[in-house]
Amino acid sequence: MRRRGTIGRRFFVPTRIDDAAGSSYNRESFHDPARRPHAAARERVTERVPRAAASFAASAYGMRHCMNKKLQAVIQGICARCGKDRTRMMDIVRETQAALGCVSSDAMDLIARETGTHRVEVESVVSFYAFLSSAPKGKVVIRLCNDVVDKMQGMERVAKAFEDALGIAFGQTTPDGAITIEYAPCIGMSDQAPAALVNDVVVTSLSSDAAREIVAALKEHGDPSRLVRQLGDGNNGHPLVRAMVRNNIRARGPVIFADMEPGAALKGALAMTPQEVIRDVKTARLRGRGGAGFPTGMKWEFTRQAPGARRFVLCNADEGEPGTFKDRVMLTECPDLLFEGMTVAGYAIGADTGIMYLRAEYAYLAPFLEDVLAQRRAKHLLGPAILGKQGFNFDIRIQMGAGAYICGEETALISSCEGLRGDPKNRPPFPAQKGYLGFPTVVNNVETFCCAARILAKGPGWFAEMGSKGSAGTKLLSVSGDCRSPGVYEVPFGVTLADFLAMAGAEDAAAVQIGGPSGQMVGRNDFGRTICYDDLATGGSVIVFGPNRDVLGVALEFLEFFIDESCGYCTPCRVGNVLLRERLHAIIAGRGEPADLEYLQKLGETIKTASRCGLGQTSANPVLATLKNFRSEYEKRVKARGDGLQPSFDLRAAVADAEAITGRPSVHAANP
Amino acid sequence: MNDRFAFTIDGVEVQGRPGQTIMQAADEAGIYIPRLCSHKELAPHGSCRVCTVLVNGRPQTACTQPAGPGIIVENSSEALLAIRCNLIEMLFIEGNHFCMFCEKSGNCELQALAYRFGIMAPKYPYLFPTRELDASHPDIFIDRNRCILCGRCVRASRDLDGKNVFQFVGRGPRKRIAVNAKTALADTDAARADKAVSACPVGAILRKRVGYGIPIGQRMYDAAPIGSDIEAARAHPHK
Repeated sequence: MRRRGTIGRRFFVPTRIDDAAGSSYNRESFHDPARRPHAAARERVTERVPRAAASFAASAYGMRHCMNKKLQAVIQGICARCGKDRTRMMDIVRETQAALGCVSSDAMDLIARETGTHRVEVESVVSFYAFLSSAPKGKVVIRLCNDVVDKMQGMERVAKAFEDALGIAFGQTTPDGAITIEYAPCIGMSDQAPAALVNDVVVTSLSSDAAREIVAALKEHGDPSRLVRQLGDGNNGHPLVRAMVRNNIRARGPVIFADMEPGAALKGALAMTPQEVIRDVKTARLRGRGGAGFPTGMKWEFTRQAPGARRFVLCNADEGEPGTFKDRVMLTECPDLLFEGMTVAGYAIGADTGIMYLRAEYAYLAPFLEDVLAQRRAKHLLGPAILGKQGFNFDIRIQMGAGAYICGEETALISSCEGLRGDPKNRPPFPAQKGYLGFPTVVNNVETFCCAARILAKGPGWFAEMGSKGSAGTKLLSVSGDCRSPGVYEVPFGVTLADFLAMAGAEDAAAVQIGGPSGQMVGRNDFGRTICYDDLATGGSVIVFGPNRDVLGVALEFLEFFIDESCGYCTPCRVGNVLLRERLHAIIAGRGEPADLEYLQKLGETIKTASRCGLGQTSANPVLATLKNFRSEYEKRVKARGDGLQPSFDLRAAVADAEAITGRPSVHAANP
Repeated sequence: MNDRFAFTIDGVEVQGRPGQTIMQAADEAGIYIPRLCSHKELAPHGSCRVCTVLVNGRPQTACTQPAGPGIIVENSSEALLAIRCNLIEMLFIEGNHFCMFCEKSGNCELQALAYRFGIMAPKYPYLFPTRELDASHPDIFIDRNRCILCGRCVRASRDLDGKNVFQFVGRGPRKRIAVNAKTALADTDAARADKAVSACPVGAILRKRVGYGIPIGQRMYDAAPIGSDIEAARAHPHK
C-alpha cells in the first residue's frame, strides 16, 4: 500500500517550471532528443559562453572597470587590516559585507587573491553564514526573529505590517535598495518578543504599529540607531551600548549576579600554581554550563597536559538555542567576571591568547565589550605580566560570528574562528588535544567562565556546597513563552520544575521545553522533576507553553529550525530532519496514519544515533520527546485511510502541476 | 610487530596497530564495514555515517575512530544494519538517482550498497531537488543530481591532485559541491586524468565520451557484492 503511494507520487510530480531559466530550457529541450536531459532529473545546464561572444558596450565596460578599481581598493584595505591572513576570513568577509552590502563574486576573487587562498574557499565561507550574502542587500537589513516564542507573541502580525509598509515580501529588498526584510532564528530576545535586528540595532516588544513606525523612520532618515528612543536598564543604557533591550533579571544568585571587584579572582589564582587552580575548579565540581556538563577542571587539565607550542582559551558566546538569552545578560552586566574567568583559565592551562566568539546577533554589545577589555588592559588585568606576575601574559580578542547556530558547537566554533565554514570537526582529536589552529584549546561557555572566576574568588568549598549532589552551584535559566515573568533567573541546581514555574508565573503551563529545541518537552506529569545534569539537563532555555498551544506545531517549528541551521555535513541530520518534517507536517495536516508514529520513531532514532555532532544527535528530540511525552496528541490525529493510498500522499497536490499544464482537471484526482 | 594490540569486532578478535582506524584494522582482518565517503587514498571524512559502528556501546564512525586495545566493536547487529539501510535510502531520495540509465551503473558504490543491503525501493518519499548540471568542461561533467556530498572530490582534488577544484558551499539541505571558478568547471584547472574524477563513488563526476564503457556482466559489482574483495582476504569466512 505504501509503495503505491510512493510510486504514484514519483510519476505524478512533473517538472516544476517556476523560474525563467528552467522554463525555457525545459520547454525547448523536451522534444529535442539531442538536448533532452536525463528524464527523471530536473536540472539547469551551465553551458560555457565563448569569451569572444561576450561583448560589452564601451561605456558599460568603462564603468565596470571603474567599479572594479574601487572594489579592489576596498578589498585590499580590508585584507591588509586583517594581515592578509586567511584564518581571519570571518573578519574579512564580515567587513566586506558591511562595506559593500554583499560579498560579490568579484569580491570573492579579490579576497582569495589577497589572502593566497582559493576562490571557492571564500565562497564556501560566505555561503555558510546567514549574515553574509553574495547578492546585494539593502543598506538597512531588518531581521525579524521568527522563533516559536516570537510567533506566540504575535510576530506574524508584525511581519505583515513590515511587508505592507514596505511593499515587499520577506526575503526581498525595496526597489531603491534601501531596506531588506528577512527572518532570523532566535536572536536572544525571547523575553521581549517579538523582536528584530535592524542592522546591529535591536528593537524589542514589537507591534504592528511599531513596525510601521520603524519603516516610516527608516524611510525618513535611514539611521537604525535613531530607532532607539527609550534605553533599557543597567548597562543597556551605557553610552557604548545604547540599546532598548531590558535585562529582565528576575532572581539574583550568589555566583553570577553578585558584585565582584575586578581582579579578585585573578589575585586568588595567581597566588597559586596553575595546577592548584585546576584542582580548585575540580574541587568545586564545576561542570560545563552549555548543557553537556563536562567537568571543567578535567577539560582544563587535559588541555594543560596536551603537548603543543601554544594553547588557547575560547569562550563560546554564540548562544543560539531558541529561548536562550542568559549570555546576553551576562555579557551586558558581568563582562568583567567573564573575562576574568577566561584569564584564570589562561593561567591554568598556560595560554597567552583568549578568543571570545560573539554571535552576530549581539554585535550591538561589541563596542562595549571592547571597552571593558581596554579597561582591563589599563588595570593590568590583561596584557603582559598580569598583576605583575612575570611570565603570565594573556590577552583576549573578540571574534564576531555571522549567523550560524551550529557555531555554538565547540568544534564548529573553532572552525569558524579559523576562518572556515562552521562545520564541526571529527573527534578525536578533541579540542583539548588539537583545537584552534591545531593547538590544545579550552572551549567553555560564558556562564562556565563566570562560575570559574567566582570559584577562584570565593573558594571551591563555598561553590560546591550549593546545588544538588551531581550538580554544584547555580544555573541561569532564560524563561520565555506563556508566563507572567519572562527573564533570567539564577537558581540553585536541584530546584523542581514546579517550584521554578511558580517563580516565573507559569502555574498553568501545559508543556515546558527544557533546554530549547535540542532538549526535551515535558508535560505536567514531569513537573516534579528537578533541574540538574542528572535529571532535566539544560543549557538554560525554558520555554513555557500554555494549555492552548499545539505541541506538534511547536515540534514542527523546532524541526524547521534544525533544518535551517544544520551544516549539512552528515547524511542523517541533513536528510533525516527534512523527512521528519515531511511526515510530521502530514500528520498535522490530517494525512497521517497510525504506522507513521513508528516511522517517526525509527527515523528519529537513526538521526540521533548516526549524526556526527551534538546538533544532529539532538535534532530529532522535538519529535522523539513529543512522541514519548505527548503521544495522545499524535494518536488523535492519525487515522487509517480506506482507499489503499498512503495517507501522507496528497493526490490533489501531486497532479496540480500536470493539471495546470494540460488546462483540465485530472479524472483521477476528481474520483480518487 | 610488538606494538600490535587485540580488540574484537562482533566477538571476533582482530589485530590493530597504533594509528590505525577501526576501519583500517577491520580491512586488514578481512571484515567489511560498509562505507561511502571513505576512500583508501584520502583522509577520513566521516560524513556519510554508513560505517557507524558501536565502540564500547557508543556510536562512532569506523573511518575516523582510532582502533585501541581491548575495545569492543559491534559492526553487524540488526539495529546497525537498519541504520545503514536508512542512511543509504536517505542518500537515494535526497538526490535524483536513475540507476537504470546512469553511466556509473554497476560501478556505483551507492547502488552496490543498496544491492548488498537488499534495498529494492526506499521507504522514504523522494525529495526531487532541483540540482544543477555543469557540462562546460570539454572532458568532464558534474551532474549534481547524483551527488551524495561525500566530499571525495574535494579531498582528492586538494590532497592528491593539488588543485582545489571542488569545495562545499551552502549549508543544510542547500549544501552542494561548487567549483573553484566564477562560473563553471571549464574555468578551473580540472583535467580528465584528475583523481578527483575517479574518486567519485557515484555518477556525479564523470568523464565525457566514456558512457557505458564496460559491458554488463563485467562491471565492478556485477559478480560479487561490494566489500567482497575485503572479505576475500579473510581466512575463515564469517557470517
